[in-house]
Amino acid sequence: MKLSKPRNSSKATRLSPPEIKSLKDLRDVQRLMAGALFMPLNAQDGMQTRWTDGRRMADVAEEFIKPNDRLTSFERLEIYSRSYWFRVLDCFYDDYPGLRAVLGQRTFMKLAEAYLAKYPSASFTLRNLGSRLEKFIRDEPERVGRKLDLALDVVRFEWAQVVAFDGLAKSPLHIDELLGADPGKLQLGLQPYITFLALDFPVDDFMLAVKKHDALRSEASNAKTSAPKTTHQKNVALPKREKTFVAVHRHDCALYYKRLTPESYKLLSALRKGVNVNDACARALRGASPSADWAAKIKTWFQNWSSLGWFCKFEK
Amino acid sequence: MPANPFNNFTDYGIGIGLRVPHYRHILEKKPVVDWFEIISENFMVDGGRPLEVLDKILEQYRVVQHGVSMYFGSAEKLNREHLKRLKALVKRTNTPWLSDHLCWGSVDGRYTHDLLPMPYTHAVAKHTAQKIRQVRDFVEVPVCVENVSSYAEFHASDMTEWEFLSEVAEQADCGILLDVNNIYVSAKNHSFNPYDYLNNVPHSRVGQIHIAGHSKFKKYILDTHDHPVLDPVWKMYAHAIKLCGRTATLLEWDDRIPTFDEVHNEALKATKFLESHAPVAA
Repeated sequence: MKLSKPRNSSKATRLSPPEIKSLKDLRDVQRLMAGALFMPLNAQDGMQTRWTDGRRMADVAEEFIKPNDRLTSFERLEIYSRSYWFRVLDCFYDDYPGLRAVLGQRTFMKLAEAYLAKYPSASFTLRNLGSRLEKFIRDEPERVGRKLDLALDVVRFEWAQVVAFDGLAKSPLHIDELLGADPGKLQLGLQPYITFLALDFPVDDFMLAVKKHDALRSEASNAKTSAPKTTHQKNVALPKREKTFVAVHRHDCALYYKRLTPESYKLLSALRKGVNVNDACARALRGASPSADWAAKIKTWFQNWSSLGWFCKFEK
Repeated sequence: MPANPFNNFTDYGIGIGLRVPHYRHILEKKPVVDWFEIISENFMVDGGRPLEVLDKILEQYRVVQHGVSMYFGSAEKLNREHLKRLKALVKRTNTPWLSDHLCWGSVDGRYTHDLLPMPYTHAVAKHTAQKIRQVRDFVEVPVCVENVSSYAEFHASDMTEWEFLSEVAEQADCGILLDVNNIYVSAKNHSFNPYDYLNNVPHSRVGQIHIAGHSKFKKYILDTHDHPVLDPVWKMYAHAIKLCGRTATLLEWDDRIPTFDEVHNEALKATKFLESHAPVAA
């Protein structure tokens, strides 16, 4: 932000435009206010008392917010600061019960705050609040310590649930529509709402144990008055390492997890990349046991996936 | 105004907000409700359960869209993706009008998900009105702009909130969603007379009214939508109806949401005020 010239060299430069007569003035004051809101709350759930350059937040607030006979400028701004953090933390708390169970409430809340401070919402909907969480944990693995691998698996799984819940469904292709097609040329699309995951832990079973409540998202226009109420979370045993392949999908608008074999996972992943059916099958069976009746298995898989409506027209 | 250009010449009565805890009750019991207000953002998704529920509701009920993140007052340009999704939803719901707030909430592509107050100046009014026009022209339905509850005021403001709202509405040639509870909350927080506000907005532009409950704290009031409507707000509502005529009215209840019947019965308390006033000709 361009700063106005200080009138008195002993005083810090103004951060807020004294008047708002242009779009630039408006943008400057909005940047200033948002900057205050995006600073994490202190340990007492209050607004920080220092601005980023060390000056008193009270002085910054007084530049643009009027006090009244009951509240200082700082206190009025703080109402918004608290409301912002309570809202986003509350949303994050509800969206990541699995990660909470892995990390414990305290570590989870610290992680949530650090994540949201680094990546404030970049979307008009709170649905996308956790979209960069996997990247954040990869960039700052020390925040989850020894549980890094499990935490990453759970975060990927919980994001897959977000996608499965309200992701796009295209018109499904029926298996009859594929009859006669040349498998060496046939490319199949897969529904955008499905995510195929190769995990180091059986996170699907873990999530079933953790999550028992409905998680329909909703946004509203009311003010938030408190931090997320940390409900008692039953202790769920953390899973042991076990290579797991799973599709997170929906059927009749309900979320489901479907276990996949390593071969079927490879096949579906290849199809999603646009590999034709012949080559995808070849990739899937590379290194597979030669004694199995793979032709029969593949036929059953395709019938099953088709009946679930997973296939759609392929689009680059 | 029961039927005016800003609510697309409709004559809606008392509605309530469509909220998740009531889905099952509504879909199974099919209670008689004049109309539901939906939060647009909850349904601006690509598929899945939210749209399935919405489609079932639309088979039975009239729906009006209410947004929480268009941010007419943000300095940044409108978000094209947001607009496209909003328009797709408008086509789906056939909402006769839509509303969003006279506020800002995003800057440099970062969202606060809050309804932040505006500095009330002529330059800001002009900018805000331009954005409202852009939205209306894009979605092709009338737009009503809602006054928000606020907890802070700017030194830079050079007019009252009702003067600002009036100027924005006139310049944008848009409707007003008059939130009576928000006026009360802001009046208490900023020490003005709420009836000055009610008396001085352009009543012919009011296309819809909101009522809600709020929470009192020691030094301020918060717009929490978690209580029944309080008596002073009902009194203001009666006055608003006297000024505006019988107007589509909606009760907001967003936190600690009680049973459907409790919310609906609270909303229906508005009936006595509406029935005592004949529609005012547009």
